[in-house]
Amino acid sequence: MSTRADRIAAAITEALAPTLLRVADDSAMHAGHAGAAPGGQTHYSVLVVSAAFAGTSRVARSRAVHALLDGEFAGGLHALALTLRTPQEHAKLAG
Amino acid sequence: MSNPVFERIQSEIADAPVMLYMKGNAMFPQCGFSARVVQILTHMGVPFKTANVLEDAELRDGIKEFSNWPTIPQLYVKGEFVGGCDIVTEMFQSGELAELMTDKGVPHEAAA
Repeated sequence: MSTRADRIAAAITEALAPTLLRVADDSAMHAGHAGAAPGGQTHYSVLVVSAAFAGTSRVARSRAVHALLDGEFAGGLHALALTLRTPQEHAKLAG
Repeated sequence: MSNPVFERIQSEIADAPVMLYMKGNAMFPQCGFSARVVQILTHMGVPFKTANVLEDAELRDGIKEFSNWPTIPQLYVKGEFVGGCDIVTEMFQSGELAELMTDKGVPHEAAA
């Protein structure tokens, strides 16, 4: 059975062809907190660097990623911290 | 079609120049992400109003649908959706949040 992190990565890879993608499962940091579940897989941080974000607003980028993960939100995904950049922005910020 | 929760949200974001939908309240945030946004707005000296989604299941679901945004917190400035914790944090760090407040005529302390 695939983990939610695997599914998040697969959905983003297929739709956005990222040049860099990191998916971290932060669920353990939130254990016992509202929204956390005994099996974890509730809290994630995701970094996506993709040319697909060029010319779009922050809100639009997040909405695009949220839409890819609709099923995961419905299935218990509780928190998703997103860092969404174009390759140019990432090169500047990552220094 | 009239949805009472949508009407409530519509009037709240029209009445309060800065409106934050969060878990808990400004004094006692009940989620780290909500706490961070409160901290940023407080640091900026921005007057804001909050609504606690944990006290109202209809609001909790309604605000997600209203904003087309699946998570809490959610920040509105002058009736316009700004984003959640990540976006607010990035905009604060880059100075864009202060610019937005200035553009929208919301009082805030100048960056040190």
